[in-house]
Amino acid sequence: MRKWLDPLTTAWTGVITHKLRSFLTILGIVIGVGAVITLMSVGRGAEAQILSNIQNLGSNLVTVRPGAFTFGGIRGGISQTLTIEDSEAISQRIDNIAAVAPSYNSNLQLVVGGKNTNSQVTGTTPEYMNVNNLKIASGSFFTADEYQRGAKVAVLGSNVAETLFPSSEPVGQQMRMGTIIVRVIGVLQSKGAMFGSPDDAIYIPLTAMQQTVAQPRTAQGGRIVSSIAITVSDADKNQSVIDEITSLLRTRHHLSPAADNDFNIMSTEEIASTLSEAIGTMTLLLGAIAAISLLVGGIGVMNIMLVSVLERTREIGIRKALGARERDIWGQFLIEAAFLTFAGGIIGVIAGWGISYIINRLGVMNTLVAPDIVVLAVSVSVGIGLFFGFYPAWNASRLNPIDALRSE
Amino acid sequence: MIRLENITKTYPMGKRELTVLREVNLDIKQGELVAIMGPSGSGKSTMLNLMGCLDKPTSGKYYLDDREVSRFSSGELAQVRGRKIGFVFQTFNLLPRLSALANVELGMRYVGGSDRQKATDALVRVGLGERAGHRPTELSGGEQQRVAIARALVKNPPLILADEPTGNLDSKSGQEIINILTSLHAEQGITLIMITHDAGIASHCQRIINLMDGQVVSEETP
Repeated sequence: MRKWLDPLTTAWTGVITHKLRSFLTILGIVIGVGAVITLMSVGRGAEAQILSNIQNLGSNLVTVRPGAFTFGGIRGGISQTLTIEDSEAISQRIDNIAAVAPSYNSNLQLVVGGKNTNSQVTGTTPEYMNVNNLKIASGSFFTADEYQRGAKVAVLGSNVAETLFPSSEPVGQQMRMGTIIVRVIGVLQSKGAMFGSPDDAIYIPLTAMQQTVAQPRTAQGGRIVSSIAITVSDADKNQSVIDEITSLLRTRHHLSPAADNDFNIMSTEEIASTLSEAIGTMTLLLGAIAAISLLVGGIGVMNIMLVSVLERTREIGIRKALGARERDIWGQFLIEAAFLTFAGGIIGVIAGWGISYIINRLGVMNTLVAPDIVVLAVSVSVGIGLFFGFYPAWNASRLNPIDALRSE
Repeated sequence: MIRLENITKTYPMGKRELTVLREVNLDIKQGELVAIMGPSGSGKSTMLNLMGCLDKPTSGKYYLDDREVSRFSSGELAQVRGRKIGFVFQTFNLLPRLSALANVELGMRYVGGSDRQKATDALVRVGLGERAGHRPTELSGGEQQRVAIARALVKNPPLILADEPTGNLDSKSGQEIINILTSLHAEQGITLIMITHDAGIASHCQRIINLMDGQVVSEETP
């Protein structure tokens, strides 16, 4: 006896005997599922890419930036409170840190040959390279000795090097920066696209920078910096280091216990999780848009199942005459709908996977097909088959056998 | 086996009602071979459909094997159709996209499940063992009706209802169909009720019921 198999073979026969109709039903689902898979893979890929860029910086990087201070509930804009002296204090007083690199950013006029541009220049210490995980492509980063002497040397990000020296080797060349002449001693490896990328930066010793830019000072006479980057010796110690630096800086900045911090301190991990949350929301949005096409596909399934029921009224009558109960009839149509949408889901996954693979290979974007999305898309498509197939199937099962038999 | 008590069937016709059967009373015993005759519109098919549980009477009681099936739910009626009744229609009512064998298997589909061997045996029984793989469109009318008979008998029902089984066939094929049906009755004791216009065919039966305007007007035993 093949009783359990009968409903399946019946549904299968229904599918293959109406090839064009089955194909059209499946097509709607294929497009919906394919779109979901493709868009979600693009979103997930972007997320993974950005996270890996941040991870490139090292998971044990902690950055301090000047932050908004508030006074009596009024935001007072960005206060320039971080100083080189803060950086030195951190370096001397805080345990579990491997390196500290303060930096000061300034927009400077650059003149190379006949070209005249404006660019952001970062004055920093030699530790900056290791703290930020930068890699040299040619030449070298400036040394502690060059820093001490205030040597007029510069290291270029890969994009800057290409823009300023499109046809010649930058290392060894000279350029004017503000009021001083600097010599290029190194070019960095590209780190890939991300915001605030070192590819677009120029690094010189902070001591050299002070010769052309008057570094502002705080009321107490501290030399202001734009940020302080700290490498924690062990990523597990991130939080304790952040806590210690926070309390050290609060003391140094004479903040009362009730006052907010006048600086921001964040580890790469925190930045990564904030960003990935934002991108996750974006990916969800993309998926939701794609899900609309899946919904339209589902309505297509209902439409075609209704037509199918209408067209097969006589068949339903015959089956009822042969003893089919209502549940046999709706079961048959429901299985058929679920089968079509399941097949559509599988083909859609393959199509979406293929498209995202092609996008990846063409280098347009990084894509990542996640297994959870695949499972979700296929089960949602089967669910759509059951949901949208139910009404037509139920309609079919309610037909009066003699009326169904008489229909042409 | 079958008892109709004051069976009336009306259909709505716009605002009026059309009465097709008027208080029909009828008894058919197990193992009988009955012909129902009458002009078109006399209610023959309606009566047969009621007996076959394909339709419900407007009023009156219908007993099948001493059970009042006129009170059954649609699910219970489906079970009665599946277990007890084999239908043979004038227009065959085979599924066009299925093979002869698959059509016969369909007869068991809702009562115990398909069984290829039994289906093949039933086809052999009606002389179509060779044509099991053919679709209805590849078969002659007589062959299609034989497939339909095989479908009806494959589940061994105690009752076969045939609505003008030879109505669409030439006289030679018609005679073959009648021979098969009467032999089923003779060999297996199946109760067979059929509608016919053909007095020659009716003469094979034990009992002829004449209908006119929704009422039984006369009975004869040839």
